[in-house]
Amino acid sequence: MANTSNRTSPLSVDHLSMRYHHKPVLTDVSFNIPEGKSIAIVGPNGAGKSTLLKGIMGLEPLIEGQVNFFGQSLDKKRLSTAYVPQREEIDWDFPINVMDVVLMGRHGHLKLWQRPSNIDRQIAEKALKDLQMWDFKDRQISQLSGGQQQRVFLARSLAQQANLYLMDEPFAGVDVATEKAIIELFKNLKQQGKTIICVHHDLNTVGEYFDWIIFINARLVAAGPVEEVLTKENLNKTYGGRLSLLNDLTEEMYRTQLNKAHDTD
Amino acid sequence: MDAFTLLQPVSTWDNLLSFWRFEDMNVLWVLVGSILLGMSASVIGAFAFLRKRSLIGDALAHAALPGVMMAFLLFQTRDPLVMFLGAAASSFIGFFLIDWLPKNTKIKPDAALAITLSFFFALGLMLLSYIQGLNVENKSGLDKILFGQAAAMTQDDIRLLGYVAITILITVTLFFHKLRLIAFNRTYAITIGMAVNRYELLLALLIVMSVVVGLQLVGVVLMAAVLLTPIAAARFWSGELRSILILSAFLGALSAIISTQISYIAPAMPTGPWMVVSLSILFILSLLFAPQKGLLKRFLEHKLLRQKVAEENILRTLYKLVERNKIAQLDFNHSDIQALRSVPTESLQKTLKTLCRKKLIESSSKGFRLTQSGLELATQLTRRHRLWENYLNEHAELTPEQVHNQAERIEHILTESQEKQLQDELKNADSDPHGNPIPSQTSLTEGKN
Repeated sequence: MANTSNRTSPLSVDHLSMRYHHKPVLTDVSFNIPEGKSIAIVGPNGAGKSTLLKGIMGLEPLIEGQVNFFGQSLDKKRLSTAYVPQREEIDWDFPINVMDVVLMGRHGHLKLWQRPSNIDRQIAEKALKDLQMWDFKDRQISQLSGGQQQRVFLARSLAQQANLYLMDEPFAGVDVATEKAIIELFKNLKQQGKTIICVHHDLNTVGEYFDWIIFINARLVAAGPVEEVLTKENLNKTYGGRLSLLNDLTEEMYRTQLNKAHDTD
Repeated sequence: MDAFTLLQPVSTWDNLLSFWRFEDMNVLWVLVGSILLGMSASVIGAFAFLRKRSLIGDALAHAALPGVMMAFLLFQTRDPLVMFLGAAASSFIGFFLIDWLPKNTKIKPDAALAITLSFFFALGLMLLSYIQGLNVENKSGLDKILFGQAAAMTQDDIRLLGYVAITILITVTLFFHKLRLIAFNRTYAITIGMAVNRYELLLALLIVMSVVVGLQLVGVVLMAAVLLTPIAAARFWSGELRSILILSAFLGALSAIISTQISYIAPAMPTGPWMVVSLSILFILSLLFAPQKGLLKRFLEHKLLRQKVAEENILRTLYKLVERNKIAQLDFNHSDIQALRSVPTESLQKTLKTLCRKKLIESSSKGFRLTQSGLELATQLTRRHRLWENYLNEHAELTPEQVHNQAERIEHILTESQEKQLQDELKNADSDPHGNPIPSQTSLTEGKN
C-alpha cells in the first residue's frame, strides 16, 4: 500500500497490531485515509474501534506496525492532529467552566508556563460559536447535558485548529440539536479540506453522515468509499462474529512470544 | 514574694495574650511556618484529590518515617536538611513502589498503596524503638514526628519549611493551567503533546516535599488530612478551581493558626491532631452551611418545593371541582377536596391556610373558593398537566392510564417556554387523553365572569 497518490495521506496505518495483556485486540490493520473526507470506523462492540484510535494517537502501545500523519510520525504532526476522547472518560464534576475547557485546546501551542492570550481566547470564542455553545461559556461543566458536553469537547478540538480530527463516538447519546451541529461542523471542516475520522456505532446513519467507511472486527474487513464498501457482504463479515481459530492462535502466539523465538527474514 | 508569684500557674488567657503579643520570637516563627505549611499542603493536596489519588499523601507520609530514622542513625544529627533529605528519599522509594507494583504485577493500585504504607510505617517504628534503646544524644523528640509538635521546631526547621512551602505555591501558580489540564483529562494532555510524565513527576516531588516538611508540625499519621480536608471543604463553596484553591489555602492557614495556638497554650497537646480536628470542623461547617451545595440549603430547597407542590395540588383540585360542577358551585369544603384528592387533614388545613394568606383562595362559611389570581394559576397548572398528558400520549405512545401519574409531577416544573413548545408540537391541544378540555389561559375565567 505505497503512497501512490501525489499528496501524502493525512493518516496511513501500516500493519498495526495491538493487544490487551495476551489477548489480541487488533491484528495487522492497514489503510490509507484520503484527505478532506469524513471517515467512519465501524464494527461491533469489542471490535477494537476505540483501541484503534488510541493506538493511532499513541495512547496505547502497539506491538507491531506504524502510523504516519501526513507522512511523518505523530510527534512532528501534533499540532495538525486533534483527538476527541469519549465523553465517559472524564469526570464531569471537575470544577471548571466551559471556556476554560475549550482553551485547553490551545495548550499544545503554548510554552511551558504560558497562559492563553487574547488571540487564544478569540479562537476559543469562534469554536464555541461554531457549535452554538457561546451562551454557555461561563457555565460549570457539571451543569451541561450530554449533548452539550459533547459540543464542548468538539469546540476544544476545533480550538486546536488541526487538519486531522480523530473522534471517539461523538454521536453517542446526544440530542437531535447536537447531532445537527456535529453534521454541520463536519461539512464546514470538509470545505476547508480537513479530514475527520470517527468511531461510529449507528449503521443507520453511517452512509448518510460519512464519505468513507473502515469496517473493523479485530482485523480490517474493508476500507473504502461508502458506495463501494457499504455492502451486505461486508456487513456480514464485520458483524458475523470473529474467526475464533485466528483469535485463539494469535493469543497463543503472544503468550509463547513466538515472534521473538522465530527468526524473521 | 518573687518566688511565690513564679509558682502561681499562668492562666490560659495570659498565655493566649502572650502568644499574640509574640513575646517569644519563636512563636511568630512557628506561626508563620505552620500557616505556610497549611497553605501549601492544601494547594498541592488539591491536585492529588482531583486526580483521585487522595491516599497517596498518606502513603508518602508514612513512607517518610524510616527515612528520618535512617538519616538520624547514619549521621547522628538532627540537622533539618539531613532529616529532610532522608525523609524525601524514602518517600520517593515508597512512591515508585506504589507506581511500579500495579504496572508490573497483578497487584491492584489500592493494595499496592496499603502494602507500601504499612511496610514503611512498621519499618520506621522499628527503627524508632531501636534508636530509643541506644545511648545517643538528641534522640528525644524524634518520636514527635508521629503526631507533630509545633513547639519543638527550631528556627532552622521553620526556615526550610518556609522555602519549601513558597516553592510549592509558586510552582503551582506558574503551572496552574497545565496541572489543571492533566488533572482534568490526562489522555487529552498526552495527545496535544504535553510531557505529562514530567508534570506528574513534578507533582509527586511537590507532594513529597510538602509531606516531609509537614512531618514535624502535623506528624506522619495525620499528614493526609491536611492535604485533603481543605479541598474537600472548599469544593462546597465554589465551582471554579482557582477560587477553590484560594479557599482551601485559607482553610489550611486557619487550621494552622488554631492548632499552633493550642499547642502553645497547652504544650502537652500535639499539633497534628488539633490541626486535623479544626480542619474537620471547618469541613463539617462547609458541608452543612455552604450557600449552594450545603446540606442545609438543599434541605430548605426541598422543603420549599414540597410546599409548592402541596399548594398547587389543592389549587388543581379546586379547579377540577369547579369544572365538574359546571361552574354552578364555586365554594367547596374539606370533604369535597378530600373526596377528589387524598390529603391528610392536618396538612390540608395548613395548606389551605397558606393559600388564603397568599390570597389564592378565600374562605367563607360556605367553604373555600378560588380567587381571581388563584383561578389563573390553577388554570395554568391544569393546562400544563393536560398538555403533558397529550404529549406523552401522542409522542411516547403511553396509554391514557399511564400518563396521569407522570403529568401529576411534571405539571409543577414545566416552564412557560416549554409549555409553548408543547403546544406547538401537539396536533391535538384541545382536550386531554381522558377527554377533558385543555383550558386556554382565559377560558374558565371568562366563563365565570
